[in-house]
Amino acid sequence: MTRSPLLAGALSPWRALAYAAPVALLMLVIPYVAAPYDTILLSYGLISAIAALGFNLLLGYTGLLSFGHSAYFGVGAYAVAFMVKYLHITSMELFLLGGVAATAVVTALFGYICVRYTRIFFSILTLALSQVLWSLAFKFFWVTGGTDGLRVPTPRLLGGMVRELAGPAEAKVAFLSYRYYYYVLVVFFLCVAVMWVIVHSPFGKALQAIRDNETRAEFVGVQVRRYRLVAFLVSGTFTGLAGALWVPLNGLTTPDILYWPFSGEIVFFTVLGGFRTFSGPIIGAVVFNYLKTYAVGYTVYWQLVLGVVLVVLVLTMPAGIVGTLSQLRLRLRRTS
Amino acid sequence: MDTFAVQVLNSLFYASTLFLIASGLTLIYGVMRIVNLAHGNLFAIGAYVTAWAVGLAAGHLPAGALYLLLPAGAFAAAALGAVLEPTLLRPLYQRPEEYQLLITFGLLLILEDAMHLLWGPYPLSPGILSDVLGSSSILGSTYPNYNLLVIGVGFLAAGFLWAFVYKTNFGVILRATSQDRRMASALGVNVKRVYVQAFTLGCFMAGLGGAIISPISGAVLGMGVDALILAFVVVVIGGLGSLEGALVGSIIVGFVRTLGITYFAEIELAILYLIAAAVLLVRPAGLFGRP
Repeated sequence: MTRSPLLAGALSPWRALAYAAPVALLMLVIPYVAAPYDTILLSYGLISAIAALGFNLLLGYTGLLSFGHSAYFGVGAYAVAFMVKYLHITSMELFLLGGVAATAVVTALFGYICVRYTRIFFSILTLALSQVLWSLAFKFFWVTGGTDGLRVPTPRLLGGMVRELAGPAEAKVAFLSYRYYYYVLVVFFLCVAVMWVIVHSPFGKALQAIRDNETRAEFVGVQVRRYRLVAFLVSGTFTGLAGALWVPLNGLTTPDILYWPFSGEIVFFTVLGGFRTFSGPIIGAVVFNYLKTYAVGYTVYWQLVLGVVLVVLVLTMPAGIVGTLSQLRLRLRRTS
Repeated sequence: MDTFAVQVLNSLFYASTLFLIASGLTLIYGVMRIVNLAHGNLFAIGAYVTAWAVGLAAGHLPAGALYLLLPAGAFAAAALGAVLEPTLLRPLYQRPEEYQLLITFGLLLILEDAMHLLWGPYPLSPGILSDVLGSSSILGSTYPNYNLLVIGVGFLAAGFLWAFVYKTNFGVILRATSQDRRMASALGVNVKRVYVQAFTLGCFMAGLGGAIISPISGAVLGMGVDALILAFVVVVIGGLGSLEGALVGSIIVGFVRTLGITYFAEIELAILYLIAAAVLLVRPAGLFGRP
């Protein structure tokens, strides 16, 4: 097993901010310069990035490959849809709270079962449990709408302080590409900040110790299983939060987001960006969303395109986009 | 009583198809430690190739001769496996296992659309194969003869595979390699060749499963992913890497499915996954697996 040296030379918070600030500024002006369609696409990318950040706490930092993260995304999304259907709630803040609470409960339960295992057994168990939820959502159509899914209308942001626009479809597009985009952006930055703090805390270091050598970590006093459980909980909850943000944007939730190929997509964008880096999953999620959208728009055989990209990526660029770029930079620095 | 007999036969029918898929998956894992996510798609390829070949020949050949085309899917899947292992999997053996899972996931996406591209969006069915056999009366109810044939093939395949792995020289090499790859290599076993052979044999079993089921269920897009999930349940219950486990797991899943379809249709799938999860909790390596 080769470990890339990237995490060893992690950026200091101030250096990281220096990198992040121009990107953040650019993202703030995007609704003014880009077409509404592209802005909405970027919102999807940012939401996927939150899910990938959560996922990577397990894969990149703890060394556990979950093949069932669609479950937590789906629980977040369905929790919101249920709040609309049965409680007639329209507040986005309550949606986020409800989504996070619901996923926290489910991940605590699933995590308790799954963290006893590592390697392939962990992957299969997370997959099997996620499929329990999928089959329930799929079969109990009188509760979940079955394959038709549940509709989620435009929510009220900040208790109505940001007014929702009622009326024609253009108004909805304007709302999603402007107000909702900024809302997603703020949540995204908060998530990135929180995850940054987590992975650079002693807790985050302990997870990396577990990833690199479980036995040694145990000897220096890390309670391996408890740490894994907490990592699982945090990871799933981030992904659930992404699911809750995603439904109002999509307007509809269907069992597809609980089905295991969607878990594969979450793995895909994390690996595309590079799972041994902090920013890799974020970049990977945004790039994947554009890649998938354009592939779907360009050909009906979009799975073929994505599959070829994944295979080529694994064979030639296992460190992902960010990892490969960093390796190139290191090599350039060494030769100059 | 008569419906009971039919239900038992239906369970065995499911069990034998599941065994064909799951035995390939478990064999590949047992020898190579790779969980092939594209395995279900090789099963689908078996179904498509057989349906396509029979469709081409139907009308030109007598129905009995069409049966000779039934194994076409199995050989096509085996040939594909023999190409895929050296090109895609071999470069990854030194890497962490996440990459092997990922590349087979990429392969799954590719094969899914390759079948769409080759055979179009509509299902193909060599239903003529099951029609010509008619049906017979068993304990007062009629049962299709073709389904009995499937049950027979499933159990024959189980027997052959068992004899192959436990009674032949090749089986000894296969088991030695699965126990300790480096030791086998040091003793002069050509591990590369064993890996190709094991992967090809596993793909052959999947293709055979697809070929034999295609006259009943047809060749449909998406059948691979569904089959893979059921095969997972089977090998998780039985123990990854164990042939006995695949057999017992298939029979358990076959019976639970038949009961599920009759008595609790809504939670049939959920029950299967829950059984798998429960087995993992009690016996992490499955009923017959070694940890």
